[in-house]
Parts: sequence; C-alpha cells; structure tokens
Amino acid sequence: MDQKKLAIIATKGSLDWAYPPFILASTAAALGYEVQVFFTFYGLQLLKKKLSLEVTPLGNPGMPMPLGMDKWFPVLGLALPGMQALITSMMKQKMKQKGVASIEELRALCLEADVKLIACQMTVDLFDMPTSEFIDGIEYAGATTFFEFAGDSDICLYI
Amino acid sequence: MANFDQELDATGLNCPLPILRAKKTLSSMASGQILHVIATDPGSVKDFDAFAKQTGNTLLESKEEGGKFHFLIKKS
Repeated sequence: MDQKKLAIIATKGSLDWAYPPFILASTAAALGYEVQVFFTFYGLQLLKKKLSLEVTPLGNPGMPMPLGMDKWFPVLGLALPGMQALITSMMKQKMKQKGVASIEELRALCLEADVKLIACQMTVDLFDMPTSEFIDGIEYAGATTFFEFAGDSDICLYI
Repeated sequence: MANFDQELDATGLNCPLPILRAKKTLSSMASGQILHVIATDPGSVKDFDAFAKQTGNTLLESKEEGGKFHFLIKKS
C-alpha cells in the first residue's frame, strides 16, 4: 500500500487558527501519512521560535465568551486596549485546564514525526521577516515546490 | 483486563494527544506486543477504533470503567 499524503496550506496567524493545521498534521503523521504544511502570509507566525499568538473576539460572533461577556459587553468594549490579551490568557487557561495541547507541543510533535514545514519565501521577503526568528528544521520555498507534493496528495486542505 | 506489555496513562489529555502518545509508545514496542491505554477523553473511543483500522494495529478491547476509557492495542 502506498503511503497516503496530506498537504496543508496554513494562512492564519491567530491562536485559534493555529490548531487545525498542527492537529491535522500530527494526527495524520501518527496514522502513517506523509505530511507537508505550507505556511504563507499570517500563517508564518506559526513558525516563529517565540510564539506570541493571540485570539480576538472581534469580528468573531461565533466565539463562546466567558462569563456571558457576549451578552453584557458591547462589541466596542471588546476593542478596548488589553481586551485581546485578556481573552487570549483566558483561552490559554481554558485549554490547559481541558488538557488541550499547546501549539508549541503540537508543532514539536509534527517535527518529530517528520512533517515537512515549508515557509513561503515570497511572504518572508514581503514582510522582511528575519529567518533567525523562525524555528530550525523548516524549508523555504514557493508555490511550485508545494505543488510537487500537493499534486500527488490524497488530501489537500487550505486553512 | 487481559495482560499487556506496556501501559500509557493518557488521562486528562485531549484530542489528539492520546492518539499521538499511543503512536509514539507503539513505535518503541515489538510486533505482537500489547499496549494498554487509559484515557478520559470521550472522543478517544471512536478515535482509537479509527486509529486501529487505519494503522493495521488491532484493537483487542475498548471499554469504559469508572469514568475512564481503557484500550488494548496489539501492535501489528
């Protein structure tokens, strides 16, 4: 049986959206898939050595808010300085309490399982991101390189 | 609970950690050996079944006891 392949494009750089690519990549690797994740635009934040990912309730009516905040807090209140940091720390606390892995942990598990992480060279150049800020063991490449793998993949996801 | 060669305590861990830890433990075991996993994540019941089907390892037993889920997996 040929090894199955999973190709993921990770485009988002917030704490909540960091989970799907790393959960799916690490799980697929555990199931025996060969996996590549291509990080582009804000997704590049997920490859930083020092992650500072946050979650915002703004423009996100589906986000369950603690203490019924969505009922008594107007949308403008959620835009107050410090609110994003507060919501982020509440979310992290909740995740820890529920035994949800941290992004650092899931990312390390991906690397350990030989998931190939590729940083979009164009975006790195566009935002003048120093490569020294990124973790080791990743590749820098473009769309063509991604298609070489994605073209033969069994599953291809855009996240 | 039948005999097993190794035990993995995945209690308190949420998806996908029980599966990832199980996979890691299995890779250090020999073919035919049996891993006992204890988990509290209710989603792990279906996940271990699906894990076994997709990896070729055999799920010998899956049961709930005292609010915990127990799985016996035989390495292929």
